[in-house]
Amino acid sequence: MSGNDLELVNVHVSYGERRVLHGISARVGSGEWLALLGPNGSGKTTALRVVCGLVDFEGDVRVGTTSIRTMHKRVLARSVALLPQHPTAPTGMRVSTYVLLGRTPHLSYFAQETDKDHAVAERVLERLGIGALADRDVSSLSGGERQLAVLARALAQEPSVLVLDEPTSALDIGHQQDVMEVIDDLRRRDGIAVISAMHDLTVASQFAANIVMLSGGRVVASGQVASVLTEDRIKEHYGATVRVMKDVSAGVVVIPIRSNGHNAP
Amino acid sequence: MTADAELPAVASHRLRLRWLVVALALLALAMTLGLLFGAKSLPPGDVLRSLFGSSGHTTEPLDAVIVRSIRLPRVLLAGVVGGVLALAGAAYQGVFANPLADPYLLGAASGAEVGATLAIAYAPAAWSVNAVPVFAFFGAIAAVTAAVVLGRSVRAGRSTTVLILAGVAIAAFLTALETYVQQQHQAAIRLIYSFILGRLGTAGWSGLKLVLPYACLSAIVILLHRRHLDVLSLGDDEAASLGLHVARVRLILVAAATLATAAAVAIAGTIAFVGIIVPHTIRLLTGASYRTILPLSIIVGAAFLILADLIARMVIAPAELPIGVITALIGAPFFVVLLRRSRAVAQ
Repeated sequence: MSGNDLELVNVHVSYGERRVLHGISARVGSGEWLALLGPNGSGKTTALRVVCGLVDFEGDVRVGTTSIRTMHKRVLARSVALLPQHPTAPTGMRVSTYVLLGRTPHLSYFAQETDKDHAVAERVLERLGIGALADRDVSSLSGGERQLAVLARALAQEPSVLVLDEPTSALDIGHQQDVMEVIDDLRRRDGIAVISAMHDLTVASQFAANIVMLSGGRVVASGQVASVLTEDRIKEHYGATVRVMKDVSAGVVVIPIRSNGHNAP
Repeated sequence: MTADAELPAVASHRLRLRWLVVALALLALAMTLGLLFGAKSLPPGDVLRSLFGSSGHTTEPLDAVIVRSIRLPRVLLAGVVGGVLALAGAAYQGVFANPLADPYLLGAASGAEVGATLAIAYAPAAWSVNAVPVFAFFGAIAAVTAAVVLGRSVRAGRSTTVLILAGVAIAAFLTALETYVQQQHQAAIRLIYSFILGRLGTAGWSGLKLVLPYACLSAIVILLHRRHLDVLSLGDDEAASLGLHVARVRLILVAAATLATAAAVAIAGTIAFVGIIVPHTIRLLTGASYRTILPLSIIVGAAFLILADLIARMVIAPAELPIGVITALIGAPFFVVLLRRSRAVAQ
């Protein structure tokens, strides 16, 4: 087991009386991409929040061989970085300052960023091709640029695990592809383990080698894309009528179809 | 390319330095004006000699007393009070992720007033001078805690409006309580009133000595958390995912900002809007990083209140207006503009 592996073992989460995760187990190795799929309210976001140490849980979550229960918050944040679904972009904050906040877990309580931290932030901006945005107001960025800025902040944490909550749900199809390719490149070249909640089943199948499907807080299927994404299973858990096709270049394609067979003229 | 890559950090540093120079120049100007002008007109040369000269044979002894014992402590006191009020305002805004948060609106100031009123009315006269700031502090803490708890108990959570409304409700309740206590203690009413209107002009060096330890302590604590406030501006989840102990940092900052407010109110009475106008003007001019906003808030807040105090004592000289009147006259319209802006952003 390498230091980058992320493992969830029989994770339970309750919000008060309401139990939202019932014994989730999943594993992502270094350089792998795992997609968490499932309908709204199935527990995807909660599972990701567990990994980031934001929710109390029963069971265990390990990064490498270390349980995150035993890790100081700051130590965990050096291993696990979160790209939230709706990131906050403080009005008036410069992109360079924003990305620098990703260095937080590497700084002791009263320390300020050193030259090294600035260098890391600048390197990350260059790597994502958004160095030119450094002086811009982060709240003025377009959707695609903003997502790259958030990604830059996450990379400034120098994490071994990247947690993505619907990273591209607000983007148009072109920017969606751009951002996904950037993340995929990080996975391959840096060996970052990626775990992402996703809505678009086709996109998930193109980037994630493995899928865990959640429904009602339980794992209802897990494994490789082709074995998990079946028409019956999607019907059962999403209540959606779809056709699952295998395309030579696109891979597994999930096409929604109208259940009454009608289409717009 | 390498030159370009180095630019952001260097450029932001240079920008910060430029604003720092501007702010310090403003403060120097305010202090100079505050020392030169007053109820008795003194030639600038005499003022200078009173400040720096030895025992100064050339200067009228009375003039030297005016400058050294009245104007100088008054200017310094206004500076300290303005500085910490602006700093506390900036900290509250960061902690509550709420641009309208301010010592006055959150009820801290009225809490401090009630605490001080109780101290004046009930504490033995022998220790009331020192008890006032302590009571003011606990009053302020109680009021802010009540406003936050009340705001959170509403389902809508931490929305701007809910928190502010909670603060207004608490402030209204406390003002009623205060009036009741005042009516019960007619004898103390003059003392209480002079407290509420502020004693910038009469507190002198002893007032400065009273407020300075609290002001310094809270200013140091808040300044040490300037980076944390930037992280907090990302919201609770993102801040926590970066390894920040959100609840702990928030508690420390609220305690420090409330201490600063209480100290300021204890000596200067209720001075509204400084905590909103100053940090927001700086935010608009320099961007949203608290590393810039906090230090500049102290300097500009000090300059602002020194000037406001100067106006307060010049407009109807030799009588004086309460300084809160001046800050409210400038602050209220500013606040309306801000409210309209934040509505525009929300939509």
